[in-house]
Amino acid sequence: MSDRAKVLALHGGLLVLLFALQFVLPAYHHGNLARIMVLASFAVGYNVMFGYAGLLSLGHALFFAAGMYGMGLAVQHGGAAPVPGLLAGIAAALAVSLAVGLLALRTAGVGFMIVTLMFAQAGYLTILYFGTYTRGDEGLVLQQAQRVLWGIDLTQPGTRYFAALLLFAVCVLATLAMVRAPFGKVLIAIRENEERARMLGYDVFRYKLAAVVISGVISGLAGAVYGLLFGYVGATFASVQYSIFPLLWVLLGGAGTVLGPFVGTLFMFYLIDLSSAVTSAYMLVAGVALVLLTLFAPQGLVGEIRDRIWRWLP
Amino acid sequence: MTLLSTRGLSKSFAGLRAVHEVDFDLPKGEVRALIGPNGAGKTTFVGLLCGRITPSAGQVVFDGRDISQLPAHRRIGLGMAYTFQITSVFARLSLYENVALAARRRVQGAAAVEAEVLTALRKVGLTEAPERAAGDLSYGHQRLLEIAMGLVQAPRLLILDEPTQGLSDAEIAGFKALVRDLSATTTILLIEHNMSVVMEVADRVTVLNFGEILAEGTPQEMHANADVQAAYLGTG
Repeated sequence: MSDRAKVLALHGGLLVLLFALQFVLPAYHHGNLARIMVLASFAVGYNVMFGYAGLLSLGHALFFAAGMYGMGLAVQHGGAAPVPGLLAGIAAALAVSLAVGLLALRTAGVGFMIVTLMFAQAGYLTILYFGTYTRGDEGLVLQQAQRVLWGIDLTQPGTRYFAALLLFAVCVLATLAMVRAPFGKVLIAIRENEERARMLGYDVFRYKLAAVVISGVISGLAGAVYGLLFGYVGATFASVQYSIFPLLWVLLGGAGTVLGPFVGTLFMFYLIDLSSAVTSAYMLVAGVALVLLTLFAPQGLVGEIRDRIWRWLP
Repeated sequence: MTLLSTRGLSKSFAGLRAVHEVDFDLPKGEVRALIGPNGAGKTTFVGLLCGRITPSAGQVVFDGRDISQLPAHRRIGLGMAYTFQITSVFARLSLYENVALAARRRVQGAAAVEAEVLTALRKVGLTEAPERAAGDLSYGHQRLLEIAMGLVQAPRLLILDEPTQGLSDAEIAGFKALVRDLSATTTILLIEHNMSVVMEVADRVTVLNFGEILAEGTPQEMHANADVQAAYLGTG
């Protein structure tokens, strides 16, 4: 089997498995998995920038929230249907990520982390400041009638699962195509050795800006879909913890791997879910797991698999 | 016809004059060696040519066009290629991918890229499996990989910064043959410490000392030049 066939079989196989799981999972895990797939799409977006282009952002909540509020405000105040709402979310994420990219990419390393963190905090405070429209911390609750897409009710668990799977599949296949294309190879080259990439004639700034925008749009799309599927648009999603989550998910699953974001999100979600059923100190369990993974699997779960077994993993 | 020239090209680092008012002309088709003692400003000078370093003053003209204001990637796009003094390959990427990254700016399509990459690897004599990680190669072979990455760009001006450092005698002999071969189609500017390479492949030699051009001429002339010997031996 060629590497290409293996890659397609593995990623296609996962999507087929996720499709089949909806018929067998009990309701509780069914609901969880729908949520995980949307959050994993957010992580996939984060991974484009961090895992492939090597840009460590601490402000991705801003892109997630831009998509979510772009959709939420259009639906709530503009009376938009879900599809125009989603498009508004994408447009908002595009505009925000382009602006942040143009400014933040003037810095590098720690400076880049701080600038993205500050932009995200400014975004969070902006949402609170315009509480008249955003209802601040309380957030907007979307009614069932506002969440019907082409006659399909997204509040139903079955359709919700399917919509989440569709989003996840689009994000995974898009990044898979990206990293196998010359464009993705250049991003990896920039991550590995920026100066060398520049001296091969690549306009490093433009490639990095493109990575920020692609990453921002995928994250924003995930935010918009999250709001639509779960009916809630709140300022929590713009807070700093939603900038840290995708970083953790991607680190755990394996930065710079296509499946890492999903594996990391799944792992972290159930780690907290299972440990909180046992103890109120569940964050301690999560912390210990993180330390252990950092010690014994510094490349993340999928990253270690690639290093040790499947060297062809993209 | 002149392919590359500089006028009054200068660079100071916090008061240290690394390159000072250099007027330099490189005719098309020539193999020029740039020599000089350590710290003479050779790497800084070629850094100014290809845009890695911004000059404090002066101009760089490439093929009749003033490129002083162009960023490095645009200069590379005009047909310059630069290989690094300290090997700077993509260590975690494969041999193949290293060269392919250099090739893809010029040729499109997987098959065309593959043909170019394999040709370039063969020309420099890298016989390792192309899928090996570049970081696993010996130092000398990483140097050869650097050269392959330069070659595959089919540049009009190839700038090589100490290409033979760390190569075995047999590899140096191969390198000399490669440069002679290339000189039919490519202008080459070569920073080199190995005098046998300079004597055998260079058409002309420029000697830099303290950031200024000390002398210029054929390899034989430079070999006999008292100032050059003084600069190298430190008795001047």
